[in-house]
Amino acid sequence: MITVKYFASLKAIAEKEEEQIEVQSSISMDQLSDIISKTSPKMADIIRDNKIMISVNQEMADADTVIHDGDEVAFLPPFSGGS
Amino acid sequence: MMGMKWHFFHLFLVDLKTKGNVMSTTTESKIRIQLENFSVSDEIETMKKVSRNIGGITTFLGTGRELSKGQNIAQLNFEHYPKMAEKKLEEIRQQAIKDHGIIDMSIIHRIGPIEIGENIVLIVAVGEHRKETFVACEWAIAELKRVTPIWKRETTTHGEVWVQDTP
Repeated sequence: MITVKYFASLKAIAEKEEEQIEVQSSISMDQLSDIISKTSPKMADIIRDNKIMISVNQEMADADTVIHDGDEVAFLPPFSGGS
Repeated sequence: MMGMKWHFFHLFLVDLKTKGNVMSTTTESKIRIQLENFSVSDEIETMKKVSRNIGGITTFLGTGRELSKGQNIAQLNFEHYPKMAEKKLEEIRQQAIKDHGIIDMSIIHRIGPIEIGENIVLIVAVGEHRKETFVACEWAIAELKRVTPIWKRETTTHGEVWVQDTP
């Protein structure tokens, strides 16, 4: 099971804050995008276009990062903290 | 008499536990992401107690402003990625100490709804001399904006918008 989290503007696009995705083994980011595209094609496009940042287990990741069962993947739009 | 002794012992234990907590959370309390407001003067006083060698303190206080890109802002709202955001702030603190030679730093960022004029973020850099604290404080706020998963949503008369870039 992979936990996928969406933050800020991405919550409205994915129409959810979080989802659990069942996987049989480790998967690539492309494979995760394919799974997400079934319920949220627009969100999958954003992931494929590298328009956002990705973290895996709260460490910054990229399109080549392999995702394992039990991982927490988060899709992060550009940050705007501070003032 | 026994009851009184036991009561005293109990108080002693509570006191030890309290002191223990303060000691164990000293580092953690220098990095906080919280809903509630903070007192700038209290935070400075806390940092002044870190070392008797402190000779300079620089603070950055970010507050909610009314105008953004020509739009009147009614309210701000901040969201964060719990744990990851705190972890990034702690990394910034550690790097500021290591790279800029300051004695210590605290970083506090609020989340949730923020009214215009309210406190948003506070960075307190303490050092032996002013120069390193100025540099560390400026570096830390820029780094916070660059690497910390915190997002700002502005409410204007035209609706709500997530801010995607901040100067």
